[in-house]
Amino acid sequence: MSAPAEIRVRVTEAEAVTPAIKRLKLVPVTSNALPDFSGGAHTVVHYTDGPRHVRNPYSLMGSPFDSSAYQISVLRVPDSRGGSALIHDSVNEGTEITITSPINLFPIDRRARRHILIAGGIGITPFMAMTAQLDREGADFQLHYAMRCRDTGAYWKVLQGLYGHRVHTYFDDSNQTLPLTRLLDGQPLGTHLYVCGPAGMIDWVLKTARHAGWPDENVHYERFAAPPPGNTFAVELAKSKRTIEVGPRESVLEAIEAAGIEPQFLCRGGACGQCETAVVCADGTLQHNDHYLSDDEKASGKKMMICVSRFEGARLVLDL
Amino acid sequence: MGLMFKDETYRGDFTFYNSPEAIRHFPFPFHEDKYMYAVNIEPHAPGPKGSAYEFPIDVDEHYVADMKDRAIVLAEDPLRCQSLPHMITAEWDLVELLMTSMSEAYPEHFTLTRNGDAWHWINRPLGIDDEFTFGDTSTLRYPPMEYITRQCQGDFCLLDQRDGDLWMDSGMVTSQADWSLDFDIGMSFKEWHAPVPLAHEVGIFDRALKFLLAMQIGRPVRRLNWTMTINPRLDTSPENYHKWGTDRTTVTPENVGDKVHLRVELQALWRLPRSNAIVFSIRGYLIKMREVATIPKWSRRLHRVLKTLPPELAAYKGLTRYQQMTIDWLAKHDDGAPTTPGVWPE
Amino acid sequence: MTEPMLSRPRYPGLSADPHAKLNLIVCEGEGAGAVLDLAAKAPDGFFSRAAILFCATGASGSTYQTKLESLQPANFWVLPSIATAMFRLKGVLATATMGTRLYAAGTEPFIGSVLQEALAVGIDFKSVFTEHRGSAKRRIQCVHCKGLTEDVTASPFTCAHCGLTLFVRDHYSRRLGAFQGVCVDAEVPGEVPPVEELYP
Repeated sequence: MSAPAEIRVRVTEAEAVTPAIKRLKLVPVTSNALPDFSGGAHTVVHYTDGPRHVRNPYSLMGSPFDSSAYQISVLRVPDSRGGSALIHDSVNEGTEITITSPINLFPIDRRARRHILIAGGIGITPFMAMTAQLDREGADFQLHYAMRCRDTGAYWKVLQGLYGHRVHTYFDDSNQTLPLTRLLDGQPLGTHLYVCGPAGMIDWVLKTARHAGWPDENVHYERFAAPPPGNTFAVELAKSKRTIEVGPRESVLEAIEAAGIEPQFLCRGGACGQCETAVVCADGTLQHNDHYLSDDEKASGKKMMICVSRFEGARLVLDL
Repeated sequence: MGLMFKDETYRGDFTFYNSPEAIRHFPFPFHEDKYMYAVNIEPHAPGPKGSAYEFPIDVDEHYVADMKDRAIVLAEDPLRCQSLPHMITAEWDLVELLMTSMSEAYPEHFTLTRNGDAWHWINRPLGIDDEFTFGDTSTLRYPPMEYITRQCQGDFCLLDQRDGDLWMDSGMVTSQADWSLDFDIGMSFKEWHAPVPLAHEVGIFDRALKFLLAMQIGRPVRRLNWTMTINPRLDTSPENYHKWGTDRTTVTPENVGDKVHLRVELQALWRLPRSNAIVFSIRGYLIKMREVATIPKWSRRLHRVLKTLPPELAAYKGLTRYQQMTIDWLAKHDDGAPTTPGVWPE
Repeated sequence: MTEPMLSRPRYPGLSADPHAKLNLIVCEGEGAGAVLDLAAKAPDGFFSRAAILFCATGASGSTYQTKLESLQPANFWVLPSIATAMFRLKGVLATATMGTRLYAAGTEPFIGSVLQEALAVGIDFKSVFTEHRGSAKRRIQCVHCKGLTEDVTASPFTCAHCGLTLFVRDHYSRRLGAFQGVCVDAEVPGEVPPVEELYP
């Protein structure tokens, strides 16, 4: 197993869709076509500008039926570790960046009789590709999209133009709230619900769905955690016999990659489980920040997801 | 130069045999003198010219006969090809993968012309020339998976990926080693592997599943599996077990060389782009013991593998009745000399 | 051919979904006992949101019927056979909506039939709560003729359709609601091992 395949692409359009959202159109540098993908897929953008560095996942939001270019949207996150700011500041038309081959951790469940898509803010991006695909496949779908206001919300006019009454918008500044409880009531058996948006919104949707008697099997979500900052700590790598320092604004995975080791990863957000690493010894506290390991696994202290989780204490040895 | 397709049978008079080129083409599975079940997954990368790994989808001298045998099986038992309704996107993905791959590797035999969704497919060995609309099932004479797998050697399963698992929701399975698509369709990865002995205990399926869930577009993988078959019979299905089961009692010391076949499955897996499903292809190759013996390294090694095979595996593979006779026959082709590592002939 | 039972469904037992808008409880014979046990731990008001569909097979059918009725479910149907119970279930599911929680208790073939109806309307099998009660008898699909033989308690047995002698393989298909039966004397016709009463 190895890290995902990388593709060199050039930015051919860089548009400020809203003050905080930058849309990038990416075309391959050496071939005519990018790999086809499925609605819900993401790519990991890898870009370095001097000492500044970003390796973040972004949903592919173009049509899965257009392999000539990919489109992603980058939200500038004010207090982030600087990755999104770096893209906003220095990635422009003509810039070359590296992306991974598409990975789908948020696939459409095609058994569904009906698909209800719920987006909050920048969480709209995977649904851009999903709606294109559901529409073409003739599926029964509806999109419910909540935004702060008309100016900062992205793509809602485009979506309304494409899918008409199947798109429902809700603007906070007009005191419009997504009528989730009503929406969940009376749907036919076999309806599936998908949610992508801020963590608080995902929690709200999952909880409301459960309280409406929806089985977990019918509710899907995409939740990537950003690697949280913390204190500097050292990691001993048992197999490579090296010790690596993890800085306050980098993840274990990033620190290891910077040292020239390429562990397996897919999502870099604590969701997919691919970077699961065995803990050989932890004299201190593992700070689990992922959504993958079970509570029991986290408590056991035997595994950690190195893309988002950290450590505080005297000594950490990983099986790498 | 194009392939010469042979007129031969996998039933009745069993006229199947391998030419010397086909013997060297055979994907011999044993890289050392013993065998134990292992994940053994590797990238499905192009292999040496003339080998079964040269192209992503291998077409060989048995192509026309294989397709003829498949048509016979389907005429007798249409349930060998089934697809749950939600797999239609994956079916079209498979059409694209197979047509693209076959026409690129064997342009003298297959031609694909694409103009948007208007596709034109020519299959010269089978005399097919069809224009159709990609994505529109009504423009093909069969559903998409059935259409293309009636024209491609090997069995095919389409695995849907949901809830951190893989589901066998679609398949064309006419030349299987003792498993039933009709029974297994809809099962999860571990459910359909339930009858395999020993491997669950050592966690093989946990590791394999995790690996497959992370499979990426454009990075196919493969592994080999093997068993033995009496007579060159492709359809060793459980459905017809009561018809072919007696074959296993017809082996005598005199006929081992012609009757006993090593059957190797080249299992290749691809991530499909628009459905996010995985295609699991199981291409079976047959070789007679007499043909194995033309490659001294292979007969030495097969003799040693069969001698040391764990009894549970021998029983699962159905070898018990004729294992010893085959070992005795191969012993005459094993001088005890050491074998070189790897699968290739010396 | 001996193998472990990894394809066999697990029946972890009934537990109450406190949030379901409709608790659709389908039980057969001894399965009623599982529903009565569920009643002992279910939250208040649970049965006012419940419909019980009882297939009154077996000697104790009428006793269970009275006890189930005393739970005062919003709907209570008693049906005389698996076939009639499934017909009623199909009708109820046709108009049911999300927020319905399905429960199935009884013999394995009965649970298998309920799961088949669930599958047909898009309910994932993992969201159905199940409990195995009563006989261990099995429904077997003959892999050769595809015929289903009900109430199999021994292996080998004779296929009710094609007459082949089949041994019961521990391989279970949820889609068919059945175990697999494979010809036991395919290699040497007539060589049949003694019958064992394995699933009483």
